[in-house]
Amino acid sequence: MIEVHGLVKRYGATVAVNGLSFELRPGAVTGFLGPNGSGKSTTMRLIMGLDYPDKGRVSIGGRPYRRLSWPLSEVGALLEARMFHPGRSARAHLLAMAAAGGIPRSRVGQVLGMVGLDAVAGRRAGTFSLGMAQRLGIAAALLGDPGVLLFDEPVNGLDPEGVRWVRTLMKSLAAEGRTVFVASHLISEMALTADRLIVVGRGQLLADASVAELAVRGGGSLEDAFFSVAGGSAEFRGVDAS
Amino acid sequence: MIAPTAHYTFRHAARMEWIKLRSLRSTWWTLALTVVGAVALGTVIGFNTRNAAGDLTNNALAGMIPGLLLAGVLGVLCVTGEYSSGMIRATLAAVPRRPLVLAAKTAVFGTVMLVAGEVAAFVSFLAGSLALRHGIVAPSLGQPDVLRAVLLTGAALCLIGLLGLGLGAIIRHTAAAIAVLAGGVYVVPIFLGAIAHGVVADMPILIVGNSLSATKPMSCGGAGAAGCPHFPSPWAGLALLCLYAAVALVAGSWLLVRRDA
Repeated sequence: MIEVHGLVKRYGATVAVNGLSFELRPGAVTGFLGPNGSGKSTTMRLIMGLDYPDKGRVSIGGRPYRRLSWPLSEVGALLEARMFHPGRSARAHLLAMAAAGGIPRSRVGQVLGMVGLDAVAGRRAGTFSLGMAQRLGIAAALLGDPGVLLFDEPVNGLDPEGVRWVRTLMKSLAAEGRTVFVASHLISEMALTADRLIVVGRGQLLADASVAELAVRGGGSLEDAFFSVAGGSAEFRGVDAS
Repeated sequence: MIAPTAHYTFRHAARMEWIKLRSLRSTWWTLALTVVGAVALGTVIGFNTRNAAGDLTNNALAGMIPGLLLAGVLGVLCVTGEYSSGMIRATLAAVPRRPLVLAAKTAVFGTVMLVAGEVAAFVSFLAGSLALRHGIVAPSLGQPDVLRAVLLTGAALCLIGLLGLGLGAIIRHTAAAIAVLAGGVYVVPIFLGAIAHGVVADMPILIVGNSLSATKPMSCGGAGAAGCPHFPSPWAGLALLCLYAAVALVAGSWLLVRRDA
């Protein structure tokens, strides 16, 4: 169980996250939905203890991230497509992570197989396409077989087959009793993947409800529901063509 | 295999850093260039030496000087490469106790650079000695101060590397950190030499050339030793280099803990 309580994060004059509170429960895929610049990635980094909040706190099973005994076996995270050195092979990257996490080397081969990168495991990861980079990131997240998984825009750069694979993977991870938290701005993807949605705009919580409830609010359309709750909160907006 | 523990420890962090360091080709290219460059320069200088009264040990070790910059750059890249690639987030996700990350990098990178530095220094010394002609008798490691000069010059490579590591953690951007390193190690001494003769002897590059590698008193220009600034003794010079590296690493660690990654 992850508890996010009263998070505030400012970067200079910009308030990226503004008093955000929610809970994440195991056994479900929770979607984290919001327009670009709404504070989703910042919240992910705050959960991971990579950035420090100005106010508020995050606890993962009762402890902040930096107090976890074996972080990689408790939380797996894909925060951005490229979280690896381009000069290192996919296998070496995972072996280094495994060493820090006290994870047996044999697990590296397993996760490489799970994400379908076995054939290119020895190649410098800098040569990977965006889709392959995402797969390597997912492999790293799965490495420690963690009970909590955080994914920030995991389907970026994936082909339709890859998108479907990620969707199936998220659902099966949740079905195994894990806490799965997926940030995305793709409403249609969230409609297919998530059980519950946390909607944010301008760093504030706009809705926290099951996908079914939200769809009812939008008269059957999750997209309409999203625009009704997120209406004025887009940071960057084009002008309607007319 | 590491024995099971209740939580991750320094050993896990160090093992990760060792895999990261050895799995980059650039590490091995830079180390090879450092050693080969040092030996080649030492050999050429030995081959062309005509003054039997000169400091033959210091001459044989002169090729270590360019390698110092490479060692420093490798140290910088050891940290800034993680920031430019996004790897730092993966590293801190695995080892969220941040001082442990820099301590592990210091131990692993420092050990590798110490080995490389001593190999480069000893091989340079032997090659530079063997290359001597004109009936000049080669220095031997048994003579006073010679073994000390070779050992400390090798250690200097490690200490400048660690200075680079600390600067990388402070500055985080590759180009800026390399500029500060090269500026501090090579450029500033030139300016200081012109305006403040006394201070220049405490600059890293001059410590190595004039305190650590020297086995005879330096002579500066026509005035002989009297024309030189006061160079620290070899051990005082080594202590100064340790101090520079330690200050950079402590500041880097302090900032690593406090700043957003």
